[in-house]
Amino acid sequence: MDWLTTVDHKKIGILYLIAGGFFFLVGGLEALLIRIQLWKPLNDFVSADTYNELITMHGTTMIFLAAMPMLFALMNAVVPLQIGARDVAFPFVNALGFWTFFFGAVLLNVSWFTSTGAPAAGWTAYAPLSGPAFSTGHGMDYYVLGLQIAGIGTLIGGINFLVTIINMRAPGMTFMRMPMFTWASFITSALILFAFPALAVGLAALMFDRVFDANFFDPNNGGNAVLWEHIFWIFGHPEVYILILPAFGVISEVISTFSRKRLFGYSSMVFATILIGFLGFMVWAHHMFTTGLGPVANALFSIATMLIAVPTGIKIFNWIFTMWGGSIKFTSANLYAVGFIPTFVMGGVTGVMLAAAPADFQYHDTYFVVAHFHYVIVGGLILGIFSGLHYWWPKMFGRVLNETLGKWTFWMFYIGFHLTFFIQHFLGLLGMPRRIWTYLDGLGFNEMNLISTIGAIMMGIGTIMFFLNVVITNAKPQNAADDPWEDGRTLEWTIPSPPPEYNFKQTPLVRGYDAYWKEKMDGHKGMTPAEPIGSIHMPSPSILPFTMSLGLFITGFGLMYSRDWTFITEHIGFYVAGLGLLITFGSMFLRSVYDDHGFHIEPEELEDKGVKA
Amino acid sequence: MMNRWQFFKRLAPLLALMVLVLSACGRADLSALNPQGPVAQEQFGLMKLAFSIMIGVVVIVFALCLFVIVRFRRRKGDKSIPKQVEGSHKLEIIWTVIPIILLIILGVPTVQTVFNLSKDHSNDPDAVKVIVTSHQYWWEFEYPDLGIKTAQELVIPKGKTITIEAKTADVLHSFWVPSLAGKIDTNPGGSTNKMFFSAPKEGVYLGKCAELCGPSHGLMDFKVKSVDDASFDRWAAALQEPVAMPSDPAIAAAFESKCLVCHAVGDKGGPLYPNLTGIGSRDSVGGILINTDDPKYSNEGSTYDNLHRWIENPDDVKPGNLMGKIDLTQQELDGIAKYLSELTLDYEK
Repeated sequence: MDWLTTVDHKKIGILYLIAGGFFFLVGGLEALLIRIQLWKPLNDFVSADTYNELITMHGTTMIFLAAMPMLFALMNAVVPLQIGARDVAFPFVNALGFWTFFFGAVLLNVSWFTSTGAPAAGWTAYAPLSGPAFSTGHGMDYYVLGLQIAGIGTLIGGINFLVTIINMRAPGMTFMRMPMFTWASFITSALILFAFPALAVGLAALMFDRVFDANFFDPNNGGNAVLWEHIFWIFGHPEVYILILPAFGVISEVISTFSRKRLFGYSSMVFATILIGFLGFMVWAHHMFTTGLGPVANALFSIATMLIAVPTGIKIFNWIFTMWGGSIKFTSANLYAVGFIPTFVMGGVTGVMLAAAPADFQYHDTYFVVAHFHYVIVGGLILGIFSGLHYWWPKMFGRVLNETLGKWTFWMFYIGFHLTFFIQHFLGLLGMPRRIWTYLDGLGFNEMNLISTIGAIMMGIGTIMFFLNVVITNAKPQNAADDPWEDGRTLEWTIPSPPPEYNFKQTPLVRGYDAYWKEKMDGHKGMTPAEPIGSIHMPSPSILPFTMSLGLFITGFGLMYSRDWTFITEHIGFYVAGLGLLITFGSMFLRSVYDDHGFHIEPEELEDKGVKA
Repeated sequence: MMNRWQFFKRLAPLLALMVLVLSACGRADLSALNPQGPVAQEQFGLMKLAFSIMIGVVVIVFALCLFVIVRFRRRKGDKSIPKQVEGSHKLEIIWTVIPIILLIILGVPTVQTVFNLSKDHSNDPDAVKVIVTSHQYWWEFEYPDLGIKTAQELVIPKGKTITIEAKTADVLHSFWVPSLAGKIDTNPGGSTNKMFFSAPKEGVYLGKCAELCGPSHGLMDFKVKSVDDASFDRWAAALQEPVAMPSDPAIAAAFESKCLVCHAVGDKGGPLYPNLTGIGSRDSVGGILINTDDPKYSNEGSTYDNLHRWIENPDDVKPGNLMGKIDLTQQELDGIAKYLSELTLDYEK
């Protein structure tokens, strides 16, 4: 019950981690089934329909239900601590964000257990294949409504972090003293603010097409199928940067800590992050070079896309020069971070290659693209998340993950990853399109696909090893030090692991970049407080975020089945949808009329270290 | 400095080798790395340029990484604190400017190629015009100037410019012949996409659908057959001639009542689904069952066997296709398969 009502950012972070971790396993299982289907030519391990459901759900799950929540887990766990805040700006909204994500995710995955199956039009859901004429059954309805509900969570989460980072920094923490992970989270949140509404609009339009017979994307009735591509990628391209920027932030923190050096070129890092975020919005049409937008559009989007290589290159070299002259310690967290650099460079250079439009006519929709974006998303983002998890695990849970097992996991996962995806570049260039259920014998694809599948199994084993590590570590006593890596540089390492409910007994005074490191170098034991010890105001827990999201979940079901349940009584689906909305709006009403002042933690309670999160 | 030069000297042959290896990779009728026509050649040229630049970048970054990791490992018990460097304007400017220069080297030919490959040849009197219409899961090729329509096998005269108008009858597909030219989407609705290519050498080139279009997306293959001018003319003429019905009247009746409702042969039949004229001389049935008298793989068989297999249960070969199982007796099935396998166009010398 405690977990259903919590509004504490640290607990919500853990909730995000558990849910995201679970869906990471689900998405990974889907990936393995895909790879098993492709291990030999003309295999019929799964049917063509099931295969398309697998690729659609693998993409959707990994992006929206695994990667995003795991990033939100890290952001929730770390950002308020790094800026010296006691919580996020709107703790209630933070909880609401988690529960809408969770119920959206559950709704999407319920589709597996229905008679018409999961969505099968690809995670990009290109119209008209995703429309009512070609995707009969409810698969795409689950996609549309599940993502819509989950998207609400992401959007309000992003807004929450924007406000938190702008408003709740400790005294002295100017923008140019903010840790890199906080900066990355800040820019990511800004991207969410601008990108997710586009997705919401697109999904709403598609929902109208599917549920209410509208014709936004139906060319036979005056709609436009290419319009969907634009709307989707205006969201979809920034989404890539929403995913990768926090990973950049993690890498900056980890490399700097384990090199015992401050980040090389901090201001250029900040500038590069902002520039990447900005350019991320300018390049969506590079997913559409083959759509036929004409040479002028193709040339402009080619050049704009290539430009992103410049700020990204700045970041890569800054990381390398952070290590240069440092004293590098290879913990598991740092292995992932150091392994990230060359891997991400490879994903980056193939990105520049893809940006050359006429060459993209050959690469587009082949395994070359599959290889490219897995290098960026797995080799970038997932390595970043693993790095961040190993790094902040002691802060989140008070226990250090097993280092030996962690290193084994890294090598298993890393080698498996390169085995799986490096070879796919060549598969694509040799003529293998992506998203194909099977391939003919004698085309020369056999051996490479087999190798790729073996790599995927290794990644699977690596992932299981990580979860094993979590279980083993969880059985150990909670005895991590405040600063377990001994070279901690930022504010989160100044407080106990795990932190007390109120994070900071006294808000710290920040006197420079890498605030904690600065105090250490000046010979101080901890931070100078910016306020006397006093009574701390805390928000009350609430079940309302849960019920609001549950209401939306019920509404989703009602809308989807509005036409099927007519045998019970006419319009029953709409009544169910109405009931769901009633629960949601009822909860909102309660929230409005009930004046909740929260509670206070008094100074006496702060003295004995009793108040734990 | 000396060291650095040696490093580059070692690197240069590696790069050269890489480009050589790349330029002879994969099946000549399928691989984008083994271009067989000027359009694919131009695209490959751009790919080679990008490859060379990017391999250079990767090698340098890897070398730097490796050096740093080895050189600056923490020794056991080392408690010293390294100098806290803020950054270096000089270095940061260097790694801003160098990528910009590399991007200009890549960007200029990219823009040139974009405009080169978007030229409209549709008014060129020497060009052969083809309207490509994609369907779930087959391809229709119409030659408006010649007044003929065929399916699954695009026969072209070698060396001539072929201009493509790409459309779709249902969802998004993408027309792609890797060894001849990159792909172009076929958009639903009014917008028609144009592209052109040519094949200077005779041969059969494999084409594929590149855009997810339903369960059998991966099986939506077709062939481009480049033949000499005289053969092409004979082919176009033969395609317009009337076709004899099966000699056995029972088979003929079944064929007319059950097949010609949707399909056409010669001047008879319906235009809904692939035109079957000359199906016996095509390289494959359904684009994926390869016709050969000496089958090596399970997707290969004699023309008769392949047709038999397809007609018996099309859904087994291409799940989700719209033909469905046709109600035929064993005799009708055998007879129709035999008739179709002998329905050839003898246009090649």
